Amino acid sequence: MTDVTQSPSPARVGLPRLPKSRSLLNAMLGLAILMGLWWLGGWAVADNPRLFAFSNFAPEPTLTRLWQMIQSGEVIEMSVPSLERVGLGLIYAVAIGVPVGILIGRAPRVNEISNVPFQFLRMISPLSWMPIAVLAFDTWDGAIVFLIIMAAVWPILFSTAAGVRRIDPAWLKVARNLGANPFHTLFVVILPAIAVDILTGIRLALGVAWVVLVPAEYLGVTSGLGYAINDARDTLDYARLAATVVVIGIIGFGLDAMAGQLIRKFNWVRSDGH
Amino acid sequence: MNVTNAKDFAAAQQPPVKPRSTPVLGAHVAVKSLSHTYRKSDGRVLETVDFEIGHGEVVALLGRSGCGKSTLLHMLAGLTKPSEGEVVINGNPVREPSPKWVMMFQAPSLYPWMTVAQNAALGLRFGRRSNEIATRVPEVLSLVDLGSFADRNAQELSGGQQQRVALARSLAPSPEMLLLDEPFSALDAFTRRSLQQDVRKIAKDLGLTLVIVTHDVGEAVRMADRVLVLKSNPGRIAEDTKIDLSDDERNGGSDAFAAEHTRLMGLYSRVAEIAEMPD
Ligand SMILES: Nc1ncnc2c1ncn2[C@@H]1O[C@H](COP(=O)(O)OP(=O)(O)OP(=O)(O)O)[C@@H](O)[C@H]1O
Ligand SMILES: [Mg+2]
Repeated sequence: MTDVTQSPSPARVGLPRLPKSRSLLNAMLGLAILMGLWWLGGWAVADNPRLFAFSNFAPEPTLTRLWQMIQSGEVIEMSVPSLERVGLGLIYAVAIGVPVGILIGRAPRVNEISNVPFQFLRMISPLSWMPIAVLAFDTWDGAIVFLIIMAAVWPILFSTAAGVRRIDPAWLKVARNLGANPFHTLFVVILPAIAVDILTGIRLALGVAWVVLVPAEYLGVTSGLGYAINDARDTLDYARLAATVVVIGIIGFGLDAMAGQLIRKFNWVRSDGH
Repeated sequence: MNVTNAKDFAAAQQPPVKPRSTPVLGAHVAVKSLSHTYRKSDGRVLETVDFEIGHGEVVALLGRSGCGKSTLLHMLAGLTKPSEGEVVINGNPVREPSPKWVMMFQAPSLYPWMTVAQNAALGLRFGRRSNEIATRVPEVLSLVDLGSFADRNAQELSGGQQQRVALARSLAPSPEMLLLDEPFSALDAFTRRSLQQDVRKIAKDLGLTLVIVTHDVGEAVRMADRVLVLKSNPGRIAEDTKIDLSDDERNGGSDAFAAEHTRLMGLYSRVAEIAEMPD
């Protein structure tokens, strides 16, 4: 039909929804482009006499090596300590960031006082705490977890505070009216209301924590993904180095996807809500 | 829609509401020289307001927008502290909110992350009476005709249904008094009419004291035993009058209803200094 005078039907005006199969296809296409570029890079390196030593960075040797590392359990062995450090750092970051975030979201005075110091501290690269962390902590592990906390706490804190500020005051009035004590207000109203904000903060925190982890693990420790990268470089085992990079990317991607899934689960906003 | 000849509504009345298991003695309220100022620069919102409400009485606070009705109701609920004077309920000064007197607001403000039943259970949960939830919540939900909606998300309901959930939420802790702040103003005429009848009936069956804030003369005549007409700037009680109608007369659009409506409209217009007009 090409009757231009007819007003378009709502279905045609509405935003086109990407069918699942199509978005999956596009995701595969993106992955294929990435693999293509990787392969091209490997090919260029192999062709260049000065860079020939790095030819093991190419997809084929890397993936072969990765497969060996998966089968030997090496991948698990190097990932578990890293995941433990990030997990521990995140737990501390949540334990600090959520209560402080709620406090500065609820008390404008505290927000005004803390804003400048927090913004100042936030802007310091977590890695620049490294020398202090090494002095302050007895163990390398402690220092690494500290660096992760310094990276992860800010997104959680600020996201929580922003969520608290967006809480409908009427929800708090209803709670007060029905005899809620502060404990109820926190656990029945505030935390469920801002669950998605907290999780969004955790998702961002996870991103920066994972990025900070690898350089942090160049420090002292003899386990983890960062150590594996350093070790592979020192032993000139470039296939192993590249395979470790792939592992880091895949785990990071997986963690982010999990966080996204959690956010979808806790998101109470209905798209068609009033 | 003309309220005074609303015979058609009688035919379409809701089925009678089941009385609740345990009637209570409605609260007695004494308001003593209440005055309130929000900001010094704005002057007094309320000035020396004095009145009493008997056990189980249904009182309407009628007044123009901005005359301080909501402010007064918040003070009855213990949600706002008066600048001067006090509210005494059952002999005790009100200092804080209590599940014994529950307020219903202009907006239902349900928690959107909860189901209808979870919303209705909030008062019991906060009052450490969770053991009553299983029996009480279905009871109050059927009282407001939403028995089958218990497991629906609160966001999936219409405005009228949400306000019914808010009513169920207020009734669940078995309060002695319900304070309603124009809770039906956003609803269509038919839904509003049936809720007005239901709420009055529920209050009477249970023996609840009911205070309704409204600027709708018809609503006041339909629901209240007694109407306090407020004047504004500063808010003060200008008229205190009884509505002497049987329940049938209230719902049926009788001559007696028409007469009371006209009389109250006259009082209201004079106090509010507005030209007489049908609502
Ligand atoms: N929190 C507040 N801070 C300052 N002023 C307020 C506050 N709440 C109400 N007021 C003022 O007090 C006066 C009375 O307000 P109130 O809400 O009690 O009126 P109302 O009779 O309920 O009006 P309506 O019928 O429009 O709801 C108004 O002039 C209003 O601007
Ligand atoms: Mg009001």
